[in-house]
Amino acid sequence: MSDLHTLGVAQLSALLQNKDIGAVELATRMLARLGGNPHNAFLSVDSEVTLAQAKAADARIATGDTSPLLGVPIAHKDIFVTADFPTTAGSRILEGYRSPFNATVVQRMGEAGMVTLGKLSCDEFAMGSANENVAVPSAKPQAVTNPWDVSRIPGGSSGGSAAAVAACLTPAATGTDTGGSIRQPAAFCGITGIKPTYGRASRYGMVAFASSLDQAGPMARNAEDCALLLSAMCSPDLDRDSTSLDVKAEDFSRDLNKPLKGLRVGVPHEFFADGLASDVRGPINTALENLKSQGATLVSIALPRTSLSIPVYYIIAPAEASSNLSRFDGVKFGHRAKDFTDLADMYEKTRTEGFGDEVKRRIMIGSYVLSHGYYDAYYLQAQKIRRMIADDFQEAFKQCDVIAGPVAPTVAWKLGDKSDDPLANYLADIFTLPASLAGLPGMSIPVGFGEGHMPVGMQLIGNYLQEAKLLNVAHQFQLATEFHLKTPGGAA
Amino acid sequence: MSLTPADIQRLALLSRLSFDTPASQRLLEGLNNFFAIVEEMRKVDTSGVVPMAHPIDAMPYLADHAPSAPEGMALRLRDDVVSEDNQRETNQRSAPAVERGLFLVPKVIE
Repeated sequence: MSDLHTLGVAQLSALLQNKDIGAVELATRMLARLGGNPHNAFLSVDSEVTLAQAKAADARIATGDTSPLLGVPIAHKDIFVTADFPTTAGSRILEGYRSPFNATVVQRMGEAGMVTLGKLSCDEFAMGSANENVAVPSAKPQAVTNPWDVSRIPGGSSGGSAAAVAACLTPAATGTDTGGSIRQPAAFCGITGIKPTYGRASRYGMVAFASSLDQAGPMARNAEDCALLLSAMCSPDLDRDSTSLDVKAEDFSRDLNKPLKGLRVGVPHEFFADGLASDVRGPINTALENLKSQGATLVSIALPRTSLSIPVYYIIAPAEASSNLSRFDGVKFGHRAKDFTDLADMYEKTRTEGFGDEVKRRIMIGSYVLSHGYYDAYYLQAQKIRRMIADDFQEAFKQCDVIAGPVAPTVAWKLGDKSDDPLANYLADIFTLPASLAGLPGMSIPVGFGEGHMPVGMQLIGNYLQEAKLLNVAHQFQLATEFHLKTPGGAA
Repeated sequence: MSLTPADIQRLALLSRLSFDTPASQRLLEGLNNFFAIVEEMRKVDTSGVVPMAHPIDAMPYLADHAPSAPEGMALRLRDDVVSEDNQRETNQRSAPAVERGLFLVPKVIE
């Protein structure tokens, strides 16, 4: 079994349950691949912690426990707090921070028996679309590279998660998605990722960026694996997260094998306008034809406020961020400036030293749109259009069961290409922001290759709580195609 | 409408951040570029639209899609009872300055 690292969650689970391999042996093999930190994907590893978890998983397997994720490795985006690993959120201000507790998502995956390989790089406080905004380790912060072409970005903000899965460093990873941070890196790295309905996964212990948008989800090799992971991840956390939905845990694998006959797939023409690169358009159109050949009907729909979602999102998210990040003051945790004259000076120097440029920029935008005299014109206006965007989706879902289109207008760009131009990064988020603002579930599946043989992802958006339907469509597509089986050179 | 260097200074104060002159100029330019795309949003007629603070706001009218859960679609407060153990030492493990179980800050009262 020399190619264990290329296997997915369900495949590894079968081997573990069959006792063809033990969890400790598997974890040891996976850890051995992390030497030299390929693609700069990991921010921390601790083999002692990992192997102790693997040993516990082996003990459970020995007692006949057949939990489907038992002993399977996973790695967590460094935005989830962990008691056993440091948590930085990619920020210098949290360098060296140790949480006293585990995020609920981390706890749930642990209870399912998954073995944590370590913590994954991300844009600072999940603010970015390229994973170039990572600021730790402060001595030498390293942008994550795309395993398909190391001169390109992996996408962000869950770039470490996407690169690690694509490079076969882990079969599964957690990510978070505020404006596309699971879907876009999944697309750019040719893997599968799903952001569930807002409120499905607990936000407890997720370092907060924009509380009305942040949502956790799994990233893995295929829809079948994502369904297993999502089932373990999502259930009410009513005492710890006031936005956790009081909706029973679900088996998201239940509909994977339903045929697509009769499925109505909404195709928003705004997602196929001039801004969509032709090398992305081609594979998406072929994928839509594939769904059609399986009995689905394509329905043209309108999401008329698609381009407005950019200013709306980049007002609302920074507003919430400026409030959330006010807790970083150098008092209770994290970095504190060395020299200061008084308390206010300590706050200012600590934050100025601790935050990176993009984080500061968003805090400043947030302070502006929330300040006296501008609140109604910017923040409230954005919230009103947010409602209109959510209503547009409900109008669309009268005509279709799922919505399909591109995840991003282009394939992954070169490292540094947009790093001096935040606005260019914001504009590239156009297709993922609408579903985020509405709080709808969305996913990305690989559907082909574009310029430079870089992966292209197709986005599937469902109505509230329709994750099982998205996973069904994705799985049926993956049964008929092989894009999800492709790995970048060097990974296998 | 453009931001001015004075706006940047005021916002930096509100944000408890400071910027040297070149950084301040870059920021001013960047924010003005950004607010140019925001202008399109300001033109939209939103009269009569209720602001949406939260996606859970938008979910109740989906009761027919999620018949099992309509009553769950609201923000809630938990009961006001103690649910966590005292973990002072663990909580203070990552604090920059602690003495006798207290977080230290610079003197604020003379």
